[in-house]
Amino acid sequence: MTTNLADIPSNAADPAHRTPSARASRTTRTTGLRTPRRRPHTPLSPRRSVPLTLLTGLALVYALLPLIWLVINATKDEKGLLDSFGLWFGEDFTLWGNITRTLTYDDGVFVRWLLNTLLYVAAGAGGATLLAVLGGYALAKFSFPGRRAVFAVVIGAAAVPGTALAVPTFLMFSNLGLTNTPWAVIIPSLISPFGLYLMWVFASEAVPAELLEAARIDGSGELRTFFRIALPLLMPGIVTVLIFSMVATWNNYFLPLIMIKDPDWYPLTLGLNAWNSQAQTAGGDAVFDLIITGSLLTIVPIVVIFLLLQRYWQSGLAAGSVKE
Amino acid sequence: MRTNSTLRLLAAAAMACAITVGATACGSSDPAADGGGGKKDVKSALEKGGKVTVWAWEPTLKKVAADFEKKYPQVDIEIVNAGTGDKQYTALQNAIAAGSGAPDVAQIEYYAVGQFAIGESIEDLAPYGAAAHDKSFTTGPWSAVKYDKAVYALPMDSGPMALFYNKKVFDKHGVAVPTTWDEYVEAARTLHKADPKIFIGNDTGDAGATTSLIWQAGGRPYRTEGTDVTIDFSDAGTKTYTDTWQKLLDEDLLSPVSSWSDEWYKGLADGSIATLAIGAWMPANFTSGVASASGDWRAAPLPQWTKGKTASAENGGSSLAVPKAARNKELAYAFTEYATTGAGATSRIAEGAFPATRADLESKAFLDTPFPYFGGQQANKIFAGSARDVGTDWSYLPYQVYANSVFNDTVGKAYVSSTTLSQGLDAWQKSSIKYGTDQGFGVNK
Repeated sequence: MTTNLADIPSNAADPAHRTPSARASRTTRTTGLRTPRRRPHTPLSPRRSVPLTLLTGLALVYALLPLIWLVINATKDEKGLLDSFGLWFGEDFTLWGNITRTLTYDDGVFVRWLLNTLLYVAAGAGGATLLAVLGGYALAKFSFPGRRAVFAVVIGAAAVPGTALAVPTFLMFSNLGLTNTPWAVIIPSLISPFGLYLMWVFASEAVPAELLEAARIDGSGELRTFFRIALPLLMPGIVTVLIFSMVATWNNYFLPLIMIKDPDWYPLTLGLNAWNSQAQTAGGDAVFDLIITGSLLTIVPIVVIFLLLQRYWQSGLAAGSVKE
Repeated sequence: MRTNSTLRLLAAAAMACAITVGATACGSSDPAADGGGGKKDVKSALEKGGKVTVWAWEPTLKKVAADFEKKYPQVDIEIVNAGTGDKQYTALQNAIAAGSGAPDVAQIEYYAVGQFAIGESIEDLAPYGAAAHDKSFTTGPWSAVKYDKAVYALPMDSGPMALFYNKKVFDKHGVAVPTTWDEYVEAARTLHKADPKIFIGNDTGDAGATTSLIWQAGGRPYRTEGTDVTIDFSDAGTKTYTDTWQKLLDEDLLSPVSSWSDEWYKGLADGSIATLAIGAWMPANFTSGVASASGDWRAAPLPQWTKGKTASAENGGSSLAVPKAARNKELAYAFTEYATTGAGATSRIAEGAFPATRADLESKAFLDTPFPYFGGQQANKIFAGSARDVGTDWSYLPYQVYANSVFNDTVGKAYVSSTTLSQGLDAWQKSSIKYGTDQGFGVNK
């Protein structure tokens, strides 16, 4: 190794000189160059690249650091939070106490916010997925006048960010008298242009037309064909859309922020923010430790959902990309 | 979004006010017009019972609500934390404008009471018996809720100012606790020189703190007579303040950390922010938010602008008001009165609130209370003294919530550029005049 390293500066331009065999004779040089061709890089045995590994490592650290910080600091009390180094544990380990206090603080309002969030996710994301599946399947497998127009509208809608629509939606819901009710969060969440588009593309690939024709010839009605034949084939796509809309609804902040003023209907995102602003006034109660523990509790369900659905999700994204 | 809706609301309210009430104090109502001149029947409302929704972020009210329910089993009090400070005011304005969802009682800080009073969105409590509390509260808070004969809210707590200082830091560097603002600047220089991490205080432009210090220096920039408003930041008191504070800014002696941020709490805990000139309600925030520095801090009288004087001012503090949209106003008043006077006030003091009631401020038990957080110091003696010395005649703008919201666009420049504080205050004055004129007030005419 040492001799090798010493050689590099003088012969660095010539890659063949990096291996002892290449240095031994000039004729082996061609063989040396050919060696990689004998073992081509496939997706299963990729070429190792140090800079790429380092970059990926950095990205990993960047992505995980906030999470690690959150986990570590959820074990500290208010005193330890301001007192100790952020990326290591404090003197006292108060995680369990913090969790209990988070769940019981202010008459257990955190639990109420958790249930609200679950309601918004179940009704909003669940409904969005249902509508996307029905719509996507219909657009992919039935031909009817105006299909191209629907396509244009869906693509257009997917390009409009939800944030830009929030204020007009608020004014509309305000006129309907629905603000400050769970409906104001659930109904807008039902619309997922991206989900519809994804289901549409997925359905046209995953459900062969021949199969549907065969079913029709055998006398199966359209509904029965959909539930018995199409739905199982669509499962990976459904899970993908479901996970996307679940994460979006779970993390939604701006829509509930403008729609909901009654703390009883807050989702977790708004509730944690309300706790945070409590520390900002005379006589307010600073509860930074509870906010951090609450944030940790807030991301746990979404991590669990990801881990549980990961299998379906991955197969869903890859489906149709390779002819089997 | 927020400013727009508030803006439109205020415009409508102020216009209506200017037209219907004319030159008299806006929104004040004649007690004789209500129920034949007598006191509203609060007592029978209590017997009948019902539900009262209270929007408040003040944590000690929970105990008061429980006590009240025990005393009057027919009454159900629901405390809702609908947001803190101006977030709650926006929600309240919106609920009042929407005509539904408004609470029966709302916590409103003193600087914002005028805005709700002039917008006719809160009830005059005098006909319910609030006028009888003329002598119950200290001057500062009482003058903040009373307009001519009308009483728009009952003071819940008060914020006579004091200087909180980190004794550990001062002792370590052998610096004496400043008794004048000139000594304060001197101490700032010494401390920062001894350890560049230490700043005497923090300030990134805080409307409440600035107006309070102008108040203490004898400045009275705001005057309101009916719908005629005067805004003038050129008086001697204001100049006293800007001359001294400009030195702190020029020499970078103030920590560029915004109050109430987590960095601020950390700075108070680790000693990098060495003093805090703020209202007497601060001990409760210290105990809950800066627990780790327990024992390090002490309270001292607010430094003076002129040596040997004893001038003070109010900073923060809030009241309880009854929105006009409340369903059962008699009952709402009954709770408001209970929570702000007598047993309610006493129970809140026990939980760390700072009273606005004279009786409590003068009681021996209150004055002798030791503060374990301040190393056993009987800090209330200092605070009560400050409450007595609060300068009179101060008033906020009838649209102070708006004015404070543009403070950082105007005065805030003095903190980040070569603009001076007085130029910043000039700009603030101009934009406040413009807004007021647009809303239908006669400003500086």
